[in-house]
Amino acid sequence: MFDYAPAPEAKLASFQKSYGHFIGGKFTKPANLYPTINPATEEVLAQISHGTAKDVDLAVKAARSSFEKVWGKLSGAERGKYLYRIARIMQERARELAVAETLNNGKPIKETRDFDVPTAVSWFFYYAGWADKLDHAGLGHNPQALGVAAQVVPWNFPLMMLAWKIAPALAAGNTIVLKPSETTPLSALLFAEICQQAELPEGVVNIVTGFGDTGAALVGHKDVNKVAFTGSTEVGKIIAKQVAGSNKKVTLELGGKAANIVFDDAPIDQAIEGVINGIFFNQGHVCCAGSRLLIQESIHDEFIKKLKRRMNTLRLGNPMDKNTDVGAINSADQLAKIKKLVKKGVSEGGELWQPECKIPRNGFWFAPAIVDNVSPANTVAREEIFGPVLSVITFRTPAEAVTKANNTEYGLSAGIWTEKGSKMLKLADQLNAGVIWSNTFNQFDPTSPFGGFKESGYGREGGRQGLLSYLKAGK
Amino acid sequence: MQAEEIVGSRLTNQSLSRWLHSLPGVDKVGLEARAASLATRSIKTTSKVWGLDMAIKMMDLTTLEGMDTPQRVRSLCQKAMTPDMDDPECPTPAAICVYGDMVPHAKAALGKSKIHVAAVATAFPSGRASMKVKLQDTKDAVAFGADEIDMVIDRGAFLSGNYLEVFKQIQAVKQACQRPKGKPAHLKVILETGELQTYDNIRRASYLAMLAGADFIKTSTGKVTVNATLPITLLMLEAVRDWFDQTGELIGVKPAGGIRTAKDALRYLVVVKETAGERWLTPELFRFGASSLLNDVLMQRKKLLTKTYLGPDYVSVD
Repeated sequence: MFDYAPAPEAKLASFQKSYGHFIGGKFTKPANLYPTINPATEEVLAQISHGTAKDVDLAVKAARSSFEKVWGKLSGAERGKYLYRIARIMQERARELAVAETLNNGKPIKETRDFDVPTAVSWFFYYAGWADKLDHAGLGHNPQALGVAAQVVPWNFPLMMLAWKIAPALAAGNTIVLKPSETTPLSALLFAEICQQAELPEGVVNIVTGFGDTGAALVGHKDVNKVAFTGSTEVGKIIAKQVAGSNKKVTLELGGKAANIVFDDAPIDQAIEGVINGIFFNQGHVCCAGSRLLIQESIHDEFIKKLKRRMNTLRLGNPMDKNTDVGAINSADQLAKIKKLVKKGVSEGGELWQPECKIPRNGFWFAPAIVDNVSPANTVAREEIFGPVLSVITFRTPAEAVTKANNTEYGLSAGIWTEKGSKMLKLADQLNAGVIWSNTFNQFDPTSPFGGFKESGYGREGGRQGLLSYLKAGK
Repeated sequence: MQAEEIVGSRLTNQSLSRWLHSLPGVDKVGLEARAASLATRSIKTTSKVWGLDMAIKMMDLTTLEGMDTPQRVRSLCQKAMTPDMDDPECPTPAAICVYGDMVPHAKAALGKSKIHVAAVATAFPSGRASMKVKLQDTKDAVAFGADEIDMVIDRGAFLSGNYLEVFKQIQAVKQACQRPKGKPAHLKVILETGELQTYDNIRRASYLAMLAGADFIKTSTGKVTVNATLPITLLMLEAVRDWFDQTGELIGVKPAGGIRTAKDALRYLVVVKETAGERWLTPELFRFGASSLLNDVLMQRKKLLTKTYLGPDYVSVD
């Protein structure tokens, strides 16, 4: 037997016992502490400060002051230099960031090493280039920064989401108060150290840690000009209500229930990989995850057989092991939610299948799952599970595929698998999704805008369009 | 299963063509991404020891040069029988792979050793000769005692769409592998993937070879610019896996040419395990066609066993 021996990554990141907030270029004294853990072991990694409205206010004031006195006065070229410097330091500390992210999030080290960190870095490099070219962003001559941006990011890609938010905001000349998720604050706090190392002027980037109330205080702060949120549709709606009537500019990147549509003329082996990647990448904690497999009825049996065989090779376990494919679920709450939804889906007629795999004793785990024979009315076909669970729905014709794919309250992403180019283009035109991948899935690039329709939110991140969320037309 | 049963009609060039072109397409980007992702597997300690030993057992130690001499072949056989002078436990390669006229020398040198002799045949490497010559080439090697025959397909016929011709040639060579007494020679069919160029062609050629009775499908001669690659091998492993599902026949895969390091070899083993499955992790069903690979594997093996990297002066050149 060719069993892979353990290949653990070295623990190249170390954390302080406790962290304060990063306000005005300095860390505040840790206060109001709560533990942040490694979801794969439940071991406490550090104590984190739960930010209060007062902390938020101090951070917004620091950001305002920096915007008016320092950052807002720098030329684009000067801002670009800082962004390049941050990107380079992140590259130098890439392995440390990857390890920190894996420890705090539970995702496999191969993903943080090969995806999260390089993608985060690429966002800084890309927007660094934009900083002195804003005249070409599409808003005419000399567009202006909005001011102070309040940014709230989720736990599924903590560092990458931070980069998606911070890089364009800084390139456009805004200052920032960012709140990471309560369960995954550590990479943001390491990023704060990187800002210090890059000698970024005080107050340009401020990081306040905490829970939902901290986020609400930040989003609701009267001196904030822009709100950018990535997270659940539920919270997104609360934020939209909270800022309604203010002149805050808002972008929301929310949930999804993407259809990954596989036709009988698809490149089958690659489609299998695409479906696997679409739903089991990052334990399915992906807003654009291909959580609904729409499979043409004529190849359903053969495809599911192949899919199951492929799922048997997925390696679930220690996220720090370089050969791990599926890591830990990020929190006990999330695990409970996944279990509840799957149970409901099965009670409504879905057929659950999971490969046999050893589940570690500690930590939060859910073996990769498919729920076959799912009707469009089933809970697992409608609700975002945000876990490694694939719902299988069949279709007979392209028109039926489109109808079923669009039959969701979300509209973030979709995948089309066919070797027939004309069919692919026609379908792409008919799908209501912000991002459509063909014969691939989960591809991200800083040059390409990303965002949703319907309850998946509004505004775009990435590319030239991503800048528009942080700029207004010049006077 | 009979070819006609599999294709579902009488064998004509048209029916073969229809059948081959009905195979699912291959997406280049996706296939290469999958191979690249498997190449990041980290093989350490015990699994590395296992993998290196298996790589040696799967090796067809090869010399295919115009300048080959009986002495050179004898020396290679000696190397195969005692790869590591200091370690009698060191496994030996599966076979020695030579040109047909060198088979008697190899057989003599290997004596009673279990190491097979494989001979390239059918006007290797180009395959550009009359069928009569190709068959005689094969029969000579078989008569000399070759245990395995590595034939090349007629790429010209394949690329011009003359699939039936390719099929018939493979069948005829398979026939020429028979012996009046004793076991027939094992047939490896070289697709020369570097000349077929597209992954779709490689999948079709794999199926065509299996349909015609190949025991093994092999990537390359080692004589063209592009030889074995990880994505091509992955694709061929998918083909044998699916063929087994369909027919219950176990067909082997042999990447050849360009695999030079122990690290490369381990990557191939990972691809075998995660594509076709553990069942294929045996010299019966997977081989490496290589010449310089053995010494790198031996050096890595010594390093693992002695905790010291001794370097090339401590393994014999062949």
